[in-house]
Amino acid sequence: MADYIEQALQRPPANAPRWLDLFHQQGRRSCREKALPTGKTEDWKYTSLRALGQRDYAGQPAPVAASGDLQRHYRIADFSSHTLVFVNGHFSPALSAGSLPAGVELVRFGEADAGQAERIQNWLGKVASREQSVFTALNESGLADGIYLRVTKNTRLETPIQVIWLTTPQSEAFTVSQRLLLVMEPGSDATVMEYFTSDAAEQNSFTNGITELVLEQNARLRHYRLHAEQEQALHIGGVHASLERDANLDSFHLAVGGTLKRIDITVNHNGPGAHCNLQGVYLLRNRQHVDYHTCIEHRVPRCTSDEVFRGIIGDAARAVFNGRIHIHPDAQKTLAQLSNKNLLTSDAAEVDTKPELEIYADDVQCAHGATVAQLDETSLHYLRTRGIAADEAKVMLSFGFINELLNRIPDAAVAAHLRPMLSQFFSGEQHFVR
Amino acid sequence: MLSIENLQATVDGKAILKGLNLEVKAGEVHAIMGPNGSGKSTLGHVLAGRPGYEVTGGAVRFNGEDLLQMDTEERAREGLFLAFQYPVEIPGVSNMEFLKAAVDAVRAQRGEEPADSVSFLKQARAICKQVDLDQSFLRRGVNEGFSGGEKKRNELMQMMMLEPRLAILDETDSGLDIDALQVVANGVNALRNPEHAIVLVTHYQRLLDHIEPDFVHVLAEGRIVKSGDKSLALELEAKGYSWLEEEVA
Repeated sequence: MADYIEQALQRPPANAPRWLDLFHQQGRRSCREKALPTGKTEDWKYTSLRALGQRDYAGQPAPVAASGDLQRHYRIADFSSHTLVFVNGHFSPALSAGSLPAGVELVRFGEADAGQAERIQNWLGKVASREQSVFTALNESGLADGIYLRVTKNTRLETPIQVIWLTTPQSEAFTVSQRLLLVMEPGSDATVMEYFTSDAAEQNSFTNGITELVLEQNARLRHYRLHAEQEQALHIGGVHASLERDANLDSFHLAVGGTLKRIDITVNHNGPGAHCNLQGVYLLRNRQHVDYHTCIEHRVPRCTSDEVFRGIIGDAARAVFNGRIHIHPDAQKTLAQLSNKNLLTSDAAEVDTKPELEIYADDVQCAHGATVAQLDETSLHYLRTRGIAADEAKVMLSFGFINELLNRIPDAAVAAHLRPMLSQFFSGEQHFVR
Repeated sequence: MLSIENLQATVDGKAILKGLNLEVKAGEVHAIMGPNGSGKSTLGHVLAGRPGYEVTGGAVRFNGEDLLQMDTEERAREGLFLAFQYPVEIPGVSNMEFLKAAVDAVRAQRGEEPADSVSFLKQARAICKQVDLDQSFLRRGVNEGFSGGEKKRNELMQMMMLEPRLAILDETDSGLDIDALQVVANGVNALRNPEHAIVLVTHYQRLLDHIEPDFVHVLAEGRIVKSGDKSLALELEAKGYSWLEEEVA
């Protein structure tokens, strides 16, 4: 692991503009100062980083001649969007489609002019703190490209924006450090989807992906972060949001299992009256691993947060869910809810779930619950009394457990895309392939 | 069709059925009545193979086959249907998906192809209407957030879709208003023909005003203690169960 970081730091991205290069240096410094996570580090207690040492992942990804054939790995039927596609971290104009409407500014970091660079620097690294994790610092040091997306004041986007991050194997293993910085100006409204995927079963990529969401006063964002990569594609990253007064974030997360997958989600309620709704689903099998660490910071009064995560863990897979709610002394009248339910479908499957509450205000309502269970025998029996075979009934019940959350997805086309994709997970096939 | 001989069963180690005998032939409608705790619901659950209901003696033959040797789903595919007194809520599994899986399982047993979606949907909608449920119930999770009466109608809908050879209705009438009762009666009467048999487990005589049984049995202390025709139900209504319990004792 230490080797990986040292290697990565010695290979900074080339040809970066001056301002971005300074950012890289900052990341490098911070990275060198930080202690590396070990099995004794509380935040990393249940997630081993061993996989990162098994190949030389510090290589740079080469540009890929992208073919339209890759589209089948992410295209969502009946979901029209402005689509930006990155293959192994390189922007693919050929696969990207749809011109952006008025009121949206989209800039790739490497191409920013002076004014844009200034706007980017106003926020970059401000929501996702490099102090939070060595991987955030590492992301900063290796950021070859990134997207700055700004939805200007009172702009309401009818059509969603989709950002696809696809990995495809190369001769040498490699790291993709990517970042999305989304600034929703006051009164703006949009749907943004981040979709991580990969093509073949054989993968040798490590993605370090960080998203910063800034929701200014009264902004509304429906956000998806979907992780549907192949098992061998490693990912450590996260989504960090800042919510100003009366902002509204509705976020849906999905992770199918991988060799190493760790997602950190932080939502900072910085303005009174802000609301966030976080939902997430994770599905693991084989010997896969998914670790979600979520943290809701209630810093100011009258904010609400509603968080529901559900996971199904099969075979010898292991899931980790850590849900932190931190209610600061000033955050009176906070309403915070957290629920995490897990379904174990095998004796060897494992989940470590931990709600973590820190409450320093007295006039708040906070409810939390975490459960780990097997399939409900009564429901199973009921289905069987209607002639449905036990195996099929188990699949129906397992799928139903996550389908409850899919039913709440605001875009019907997205739910319709995910259902068949995820139901394959419950069939007897060995690998999660599409 | 159904032949129960000296059936004994325990629940949590406690003897509930203590030598029950019953013969049901095709085309017949039987009503089983009895006081609370007499074993009425247990009988239905034992016949449907519910885990935790242990048969300790006796035999049950269904269409000549040993019912107790069959898995729960096999019993259903052979044509046994139990309408639950307390149907289970299964959020996330749509009623439609559930019905389709059930109908296809029963069809497969008969060597038929899965129902085609269009005609299946048409049939489901028609039956939905017959049991007086809004079409939206087809898309909702199985029994999810349904009222007591809606759950009973949903049981009835499943019964009408599956057209079982033998339907056992476990207190389907309890908690229903008069309109809902009529819906249940219509559903049962529609199933009534020389090929099918129906067993109504009920606490009250009320349902039998709408569905005229061929036989009425009184279950007490895990045994059928008296059998007769429909007039027995009226007698029970008038006199209660205590006189019978005394008679048996």
